[in-house]
Amino acid sequence: MNDMRIVERKVDTNEVKIAAKDVQVFYGDNHAIKDVSVEIEDKTVTAFIGPSGCGKSTFLRCINRMNDTIDVCRVKGDILIDGEDIYDAKVDPVQLRAKVGMVFQKPNPFPKSIYDNVAYGPKIHGLAKNKADLDDIVENALRRGAIWDEVKDRLHAPGTGLSGGQQQRLCIARAVATEPEVLLMDEPCSALDPIATAQVEELIDELRKSYSVVIVTHSMQQAARVSQKTAFFHLGNLVEYGETSNIFTNPVDPRTESYITGRIG
Amino acid sequence: MPFTWLLLILAAIAVVGYQMGRSRALKSAGGDRRVLHSLPVYYGSNVAMWAIVPAAAVLIVWLLAQPFFVNSRVLATLPDTMVSEGSSIGLVMSDVRRVADGLDTAVAQGAMSRDEALSLSTETSDVRERLGDVGVALGSAVSAEVLKGAQLYRTLNATGSTLMTVLVLLIALGGAAYAYSRSTADFRARNNVERGILALLIAAASVAILTTIGILFALLFNTIEFFKLYPAADFFFGTNWAPSFSGRGGASDLGVLPLLWGTFYISFIALLVAVPIGLFSAIYLSEYAGPKVRGIAKPLIEILAGIPTIVYGLFALLTVGPLLVSMFGKETLGWMQGGTAVMTAGLVMGIMLIPFVSSLSDDIINAVPQAMRDGSYGLGATKSETIRQVILPAALPGIVGAILLAASRAIGETMIVVLGAGAAARLSLNPFEAMTTITAKIVSQLTGDADFASPEALVAFALGMTLFVLTLGLNIFALYIVRKYREQYD
Amino acid sequence: MTDASMTPTDAPKKKSSLMAQDARTRKRNAAETRFRMYGMAAIAVGLLFLVFLFTSILRSGLPAFTQTVVDIEFTLTQEQFDTAESKMLKTGEYQKIFVNALSEQLDARGLDVAFDAKAIQRIVGKPGGTIRSFFLENPDRIGTPVSFELAASSRVDGYFNGRMTRDTLVDSRFLMATDLDLVDALEEAGIIGGAFNWNFITGTDSGVDNPGGAGLGASVIGSFFMMLVVLFLSLPIGVAASIYLEEFAPKNRWTDLIEVNISNLAAVPSIVFGILGLAVFIQFAGFPQSAPLVGGLVLTLMTLPTIIISTRASLAAVPPSIRDAALGVGASKMQSVFHHVLPLAMPGILTGTIIGLAQALGETAPLLLIGMVGFVAREYPETFVGGFTDANSAMPAQIYTWASRADPGFYEKAWGGIIILLLFLITMNAIAVVLRRRFERRW
Repeated sequence: MNDMRIVERKVDTNEVKIAAKDVQVFYGDNHAIKDVSVEIEDKTVTAFIGPSGCGKSTFLRCINRMNDTIDVCRVKGDILIDGEDIYDAKVDPVQLRAKVGMVFQKPNPFPKSIYDNVAYGPKIHGLAKNKADLDDIVENALRRGAIWDEVKDRLHAPGTGLSGGQQQRLCIARAVATEPEVLLMDEPCSALDPIATAQVEELIDELRKSYSVVIVTHSMQQAARVSQKTAFFHLGNLVEYGETSNIFTNPVDPRTESYITGRIG
Repeated sequence: MPFTWLLLILAAIAVVGYQMGRSRALKSAGGDRRVLHSLPVYYGSNVAMWAIVPAAAVLIVWLLAQPFFVNSRVLATLPDTMVSEGSSIGLVMSDVRRVADGLDTAVAQGAMSRDEALSLSTETSDVRERLGDVGVALGSAVSAEVLKGAQLYRTLNATGSTLMTVLVLLIALGGAAYAYSRSTADFRARNNVERGILALLIAAASVAILTTIGILFALLFNTIEFFKLYPAADFFFGTNWAPSFSGRGGASDLGVLPLLWGTFYISFIALLVAVPIGLFSAIYLSEYAGPKVRGIAKPLIEILAGIPTIVYGLFALLTVGPLLVSMFGKETLGWMQGGTAVMTAGLVMGIMLIPFVSSLSDDIINAVPQAMRDGSYGLGATKSETIRQVILPAALPGIVGAILLAASRAIGETMIVVLGAGAAARLSLNPFEAMTTITAKIVSQLTGDADFASPEALVAFALGMTLFVLTLGLNIFALYIVRKYREQYD
Repeated sequence: MTDASMTPTDAPKKKSSLMAQDARTRKRNAAETRFRMYGMAAIAVGLLFLVFLFTSILRSGLPAFTQTVVDIEFTLTQEQFDTAESKMLKTGEYQKIFVNALSEQLDARGLDVAFDAKAIQRIVGKPGGTIRSFFLENPDRIGTPVSFELAASSRVDGYFNGRMTRDTLVDSRFLMATDLDLVDALEEAGIIGGAFNWNFITGTDSGVDNPGGAGLGASVIGSFFMMLVVLFLSLPIGVAASIYLEEFAPKNRWTDLIEVNISNLAAVPSIVFGILGLAVFIQFAGFPQSAPLVGGLVLTLMTLPTIIISTRASLAAVPPSIRDAALGVGASKMQSVFHHVLPLAMPGILTGTIIGLAQALGETAPLLLIGMVGFVAREYPETFVGGFTDANSAMPAQIYTWASRADPGFYEKAWGGIIILLLFLITMNAIAVVLRRRFERRW
């Protein structure tokens, strides 16, 4: 917050949801993320862009501690969500991940029915009081995932039978069903065709009203379309972070400019 | 001429042919090997190949066909009355063969001259005693017909062998000569040799099919033979297993049901031990254990799979059996009479199957895509919730396949049940009682002194057929499930 | 997209702190720990079984390698020899001579123990036969002092090994408590003592009543000849079949049939191969019973699928670029395979072969059916060819034979046999591991 550059450019006054300070990530000997500090706002879509291998996905996975599942991965520095350090020893990653949902690059519905896919999260977190309650949660989630109309007649068909775009929206619905506060999306459209991409992008824009959405994308156009804030990563460094419009029209750092104009990447 | 000599001569023809073919090709090229179509080696090899392969093929066919021919000729000379006297063709023929072998031995030892062996007659001498002198023990006195048959058998075999030797050598020479005549510079020797090698490769690959055919024929013929002597319905639906020894003491009861029951009961207990332990080991190793623990524990568990079954058999008989008796035997609970029991064999077999279940399940669990795990963890599921509710359901078909493969192993396992399960065929529910299995009875029926033509011995082939069909069915089904499962994630 | 606005603001989320675990999370974490414990318990149980198995093998088997022997020297006069040979019960007479010699030597050392021929029999079995056959073979040694090393009975062996004490001894026709006095006296006199049992390793099987004299040597040789057959048949056939299937086979019905066959043969119970051996090789083709050749043939058929599967994996691991490179310089397909692919795959093939051989070495069930258990392997084969065709036993078959004999003295031998068998297997597997480590190539 004492970073003057960012404060200057602030137009909105959304509160800060996620604050990272000097985050370092190592994969074995590989220093994947170097000294990244960033503040991500609530009710905002923040896009992480950068060439592949720049650490944007790795950093995203730090925010809900998905990196814990990789043996050789070590994380240093602090990441605060609502002021609480999520790498504190007292924090249970299970509770954290319920609060910080995630959608992956490739749609990964479980080999279960559509209903069970969405009901899985609420069930393990005990969000439903009874069956009717669970039905409501599932329906709400599917509606928020903008897929309810397409699947309401076949809730008990396997989720793997849907088209790619539908699968990804199902995965978003699945993530939404656990009532997270932050939604992380790791290149959610990279496996989708343009029409499905458009549907998902529209959905992301809707989701912004309820959540803080962080999206990793390799497509600058997508970042420009859906995000309010953009962070540019390069070789594990956060090079530039600011209003999306500023980054794309008036980048400060020469590396950002090179990337946006297509000279590196 | 002994058989080895024939092989040596064949080899010699091939070596000489190789040299000649090679030099002829070189000569036709005027000594310049660059003019040759192929390397000189190939010309030589081509001749050697033509010398050996056709000759060897004829040799093999002849060796297979000769016994049939000789048998049928000898059989034709035997009076029909002999066969109907309460024995079978097989029995009479084995008598004939034994006497013929005896005569061979006698001639080889010099106790009898060649002519004498041919002219020997039951009227002038006691053949049984004379053969007994050279160490060939015969069960009963030799009848005139059998002796005649044996003599004919020897003559036919001797003539057959001579004919075969001549024919094989002629073919070898002819083949070599043909290939030699073609060994000129522009002959495509390499292509020819390579075609020959390819044929050999195909033949080698077909050994697998030949083995299966061999198994099927061995089982099928003898099973049919058995069902001629013993009604099939009684075999499949009989609830009593009581073979009479020596084939004389009245009719045997040869019902397969008690054996099937024993087999399934023991296999069931084995799976009861192996599946939970194996499955949980696999889960722990693939999902929880760090690389260090995995690197140590996995090979250690797999040692159990490399231990021969005879070791497990002995372990059951001498360690686990007595241990169980001390726990459940007369002095404590009184459930167990002796060390050999369903429990003993099942427990030990279960130990043997642990690594089988665990390594198969490990593969299958690892085949579940990481994306499934990520999806579940991303929703805030714990590891065990992910495993139970996402990974295991996804891996279920594969795991079922693995369990079926393990079941097929258990059903076909022999040494553990021979040593650990006991010998009594029983239809009982008590796991502390001795019971027996199909495999154990195959061993006991075929290693006893029952005659191979008696139903008591032939039943082993019917048992073998049952076992083969059972395990084959399980395997095919299991492999099908596992393959379908893998395709799903490929 | 009107769905999305349904519940954006209702129920402002319970701002639960991440720092405090709620009750449900605690419960779930407990379940997690329990589940993890099940896994660890399963591993522990598996390892426990392994340890239990190996301790019982070592504890029961090691005594087979030591032996209690009665070492006695005495002179047989020509007169004694002639008298004994004239009697009806010749060995009984030698027995008496032996007992007399023994008591003289005890007396000479001033040890006074009463014993009779029966006690001697319980301690060293019936040495009369051994003594007689020695003098029949070496008549020139009559009249000179000859030293005999006679194996003590298994019970006495047990007494020396500490398997049995005076307290646990139950009087039986095998051994009486009083005999132990004699044994102690003999030990004091230095006549009886422990020695490494070379006979167990080099010797041949003994009769059913002499567990002390049983040795594994002949059956090791039997196994060796069987393995020769397996190696020289299954390696070339297996490699040839794999080359065809991996490199040349067109995708058609025939190839599919072969593939299905191989994977099924790998899972056919071994006893079925025994039936095949009995019916085809012995009954149909007339090969000799109990011969290592037949055993080797049966085990070859059993091992082939294993070797083919591992060989194909090694061939498939050679990258296609190698084949392309060879074809690119004008080699034929056959040449590219035999000159480049096969040599590169060789370490993997050899590893697979050794592991297949190790499996075959321990296989027992098929050997039972081809007559290797009924046979008492009393002699080494005399010639090289005889090694293949003469009736013999094999290690696992010999172990089974011992395990099924009535005299429990043979159990110890069976365990000892298992130790030797496992040593062979461990060596073979170690060689395979070393091969793999040394020549493993990552592409």
